[in-house]
Amino acid sequence: MKIIVLVKHVPDAQFDRHLNGEGYTTDRSESILSELDEYALEAALQLAEARGGSKAGNQVIALSMGPSGAVNAVKKSLQMGATEGVHLTDDALAGSDAAATSLAIAAAIRHLGADAPVDLVLTGMASTDGETSLVPAQLAERLGLPQVTFASSLEVDGGRLTARRDADTYSETVEAPLPAVVSVTDQINEPRYPNFKGIIAAKRKTITTLSLSDIGVDPAQVGHAGSWTRVTSAEERPPRTAGTIITDEGDAGIKLVDFLAAQKLL
Amino acid sequence: MANVLVFIDNPGDALKKSNLELLTLGRSLGETAVALNGELHDGVAATLAEYGAGKILRPSAQDLDDYLVAPKAAYLAAAAAETGAGTVLLDNSPEGKEIAARLGVRLNAGVITDVVAVDADGTAHKSVLAGSYNTAAKATTAVSVLTVKANNVTPEPSAVPSAPETVIVEVPADSTAAAARVTERRQKVASGRPDLTDARIVVAGGRGLDGDFGPVEQLADALGAAVGASRAATDAGWISHDAQVGQTGKTVSPQLYISAGISGAIQQKAGMQTAKVIVAVNKDAESPVFEIADFGIIGDLFDVLPQATEEIKRRKG
Repeated sequence: MKIIVLVKHVPDAQFDRHLNGEGYTTDRSESILSELDEYALEAALQLAEARGGSKAGNQVIALSMGPSGAVNAVKKSLQMGATEGVHLTDDALAGSDAAATSLAIAAAIRHLGADAPVDLVLTGMASTDGETSLVPAQLAERLGLPQVTFASSLEVDGGRLTARRDADTYSETVEAPLPAVVSVTDQINEPRYPNFKGIIAAKRKTITTLSLSDIGVDPAQVGHAGSWTRVTSAEERPPRTAGTIITDEGDAGIKLVDFLAAQKLL
Repeated sequence: MANVLVFIDNPGDALKKSNLELLTLGRSLGETAVALNGELHDGVAATLAEYGAGKILRPSAQDLDDYLVAPKAAYLAAAAAETGAGTVLLDNSPEGKEIAARLGVRLNAGVITDVVAVDADGTAHKSVLAGSYNTAAKATTAVSVLTVKANNVTPEPSAVPSAPETVIVEVPADSTAAAARVTERRQKVASGRPDLTDARIVVAGGRGLDGDFGPVEQLADALGAAVGASRAATDAGWISHDAQVGQTGKTVSPQLYISAGISGAIQQKAGMQTAKVIVAVNKDAESPVFEIADFGIIGDLFDVLPQATEEIKRRKG
């Protein structure tokens, strides 16, 4: 199988995150591999391993689009066990919205499928920065592929996949022919940690760098120029401040109700 | 006036509050038409007229629910073309966002998710980076597709009710070709509590509950609230994953959020810090949740919550 996993280098949510510059783009210093993408990578590694791993010709390609630092997300993926890495990077990509991002990634996937077709594209359920979850569906639409989002289990048998999805009011099983785009939730597996062997092995793996000209995308179709939405203002919310803190002296439950009544919340 | 298309998916016997919010918002932006999927019951038709819908569109195919989103997006694209819509409004559910995503590509239209308000010129307001910024964004395209969060618009019937005509829209025959098919769907048992994402009040529990959600559930029921949980609690299997509030779970924005036995790590805060009022109960005075709580109680939730529950019942008589 040839599986492409989309991995994103996102600002670490443990720190304050900021928007800056003309297009109010996310400041990407202090960035890490998006936690939610580790589940997609783990799912890909398990599918490949169940089929005899890389020795049997299974490929797990970690693909990241982003500025120079984004290569770190690819490196971490290689340490976890991806067989190769691809870094799509170009100054013109900066400020791409979901539509422009999906256009560039779709072109990169077509490029990577030129020699041997891609069977599966795996992603996390959302990025932990933009959090729109638009890209997997837009990618599927652009590639003309079925999409299965929020998969909490995934099996592939022959040319078909079966997945389970859990919504608030129902749980469903879906089927789709391959190739397909699948996003997975954090319920699907427990991602592995890179071990020493993995870290050493990663140093010998190839990371291919692709620019827009490599994948045949006109710079005007991506970045701020090619985006279909524009952020016109961004204001940092004042941080919440602590209010009244009390220590329970046996009547805190009553005081809580007094507070709710005073706020007209009862 | 601009044409606005509102998508309403399987309303059943009556429209939900979030549907009415979309219709009200739509009317503020222009002439509204409704693209409906599923049965059109008389009660729904009457409400659509009350809310001023100029037209009701229905799909030519009846099997859209048998597939994941792709045919619904194809239907909506056809409906948008039929009505000449400049704005398409959908709900902000995961499915609503996905339909919007595919629709955006089909219509070459900018998509903005998590919208809380829309200005007359189409500028949409939302909050990003876990509530730390408020942004305004606008589609640069002829058509814009917006998914709107519930509870941000007050539903109001139109001053002038309409008499909408019903139009059948042809769903492209190839729209199911590249779509995942649903082979089994099981309804979950309804809890009887409000839906977490739309609830006015949320009571959430975490590690401090030590496996016993009873006090949280009882307080929630006394308040008519939804029950939420931290990731630690859902990972421990104490409550369904659906209840998880936080960066990898649901984002809630209720009037009141009561956090019990949750330390308030940044991932938790990410899911709830846009709540209007935050109350926290935790034994550990150092818990970060106290930094953002409007009212914090350092104490044992197993004492505080039941006492509050009893007091609420007593006052409500």
